[in-house]
Amino acid sequence: MTTRIVELRRGILKKNDELAAGLRHQFTSAGVLVLNLVSSPGTGKTAFLERTLRELRARGAQAAALVGDLETDNDARRLAASGAPVRQINTHGICHLDAEMITRHLEGWEGVSLEGLNYLFIENVGNLVCPSSYDLGERIRVVLLSVTEGEDKPLKYPGLFNSADAAVITKIDLAEPCGFDRELALHNINEIRPGIRIFETSAKTGAGMDAWLAYLAEQARPS
Amino acid sequence: MHELSIAASIVESVTESAAAYPGARVKEVRLRVGALASVVEDSLKFCWELATEGSPLAGAALVINILPVILHCDACGVDTEIAGVQSFRCPKCGELAADLRQGRELEIESIELEEPDSVVPDPVEEQV
Ligand SMILES: Nc1nc2c(ncn2[C@@H]2O[C@H](COP(=O)(O)OP(=O)(O)OP(=O)(O)O)[C@@H](O)[C@H]2O)c(=O)[nH]1
Ligand SMILES: [Mg+2]
Ligand SMILES: [Zn+2]
Repeated sequence: MTTRIVELRRGILKKNDELAAGLRHQFTSAGVLVLNLVSSPGTGKTAFLERTLRELRARGAQAAALVGDLETDNDARRLAASGAPVRQINTHGICHLDAEMITRHLEGWEGVSLEGLNYLFIENVGNLVCPSSYDLGERIRVVLLSVTEGEDKPLKYPGLFNSADAAVITKIDLAEPCGFDRELALHNINEIRPGIRIFETSAKTGAGMDAWLAYLAEQARPS
Repeated sequence: MHELSIAASIVESVTESAAAYPGARVKEVRLRVGALASVVEDSLKFCWELATEGSPLAGAALVINILPVILHCDACGVDTEIAGVQSFRCPKCGELAADLRQGRELEIESIELEEPDSVVPDPVEEQV
């Protein structure tokens, strides 16, 4: 027997990365701003997105959403109430979305063409670990953190927080009863992802939504 | 728990690459995994056993080389390794540094093959 070492230097998720690069190219040429929303289960992704979709439509923008969950189409039904086109992705046990699922659900999406959209939101499966490794071709990865889940989340999940382009603190209407330490939360986010844009919002009262919508408009403008 | 999907991707990739060396057995697979790659070493090893069971890769060892985070500091103009992943500050000047130069890798570095001595065929052109 002889032994041979073969150097590979190959990305383990190369297939996903290649598909995601193709999607990113497609999104860029269509002129649609794509955002990937990630957080723990129950942080308020759907509520935040519901409100975002409604406000965008009220301002005359075209927005659509893909929403990932292990099972059920509950979130898609909640989001569709905004009037925006919404498609549910059921992953049946898989704890994250991947680029192949996005490709498959963009195909044959009735009444939706990427060219006709200003924004496409992707609500990922509630999980702060696995989605960080899977590029979906998004331009902006948004990590959400609610005031009820602890200021140290960024320190516990640095892989995901460090990969984000924007951070949204949700449920700020509950900040006081929860004894939320705002300064500490902002500090922790900044230690893990220095300089990241941070928005403080409530889907219930609408607080902070104006700054978020202004950011979206600014990011969607062709540079 | 995406370690199982990751293990399955490694199996697929290694099987493809090893096909260029007919008759060879894969003894070891070496990975480069960044400290920020969100991969749990023990969990990946456990999933590796599951994913290779009953396949031609059964029994192959998985060696995971964890790479620390390296930051580029604009103020100092240098790349420095940081300890841990709890604070992204330049160890020299203490400034926050957002420019990551290493730490997200998720790569197969190399594979070690055991080949029969008799005929060592030239490798079939590897597909990239
Ligand atoms: N008070 C308050 N409650 C909120 C807010 N946003 C969401 N909630 C509540 O928090 C719970 C979870 O909200 P969802 O929007 O379903 O959270 P999610 O992140 O989409 O959850 P998954 O998709 O299951 O991961 C619901 O009961 C919401 O009504 C908010 O701004 N204020
Ligand atoms: Mg949801
Ligand atoms: Zn420095």
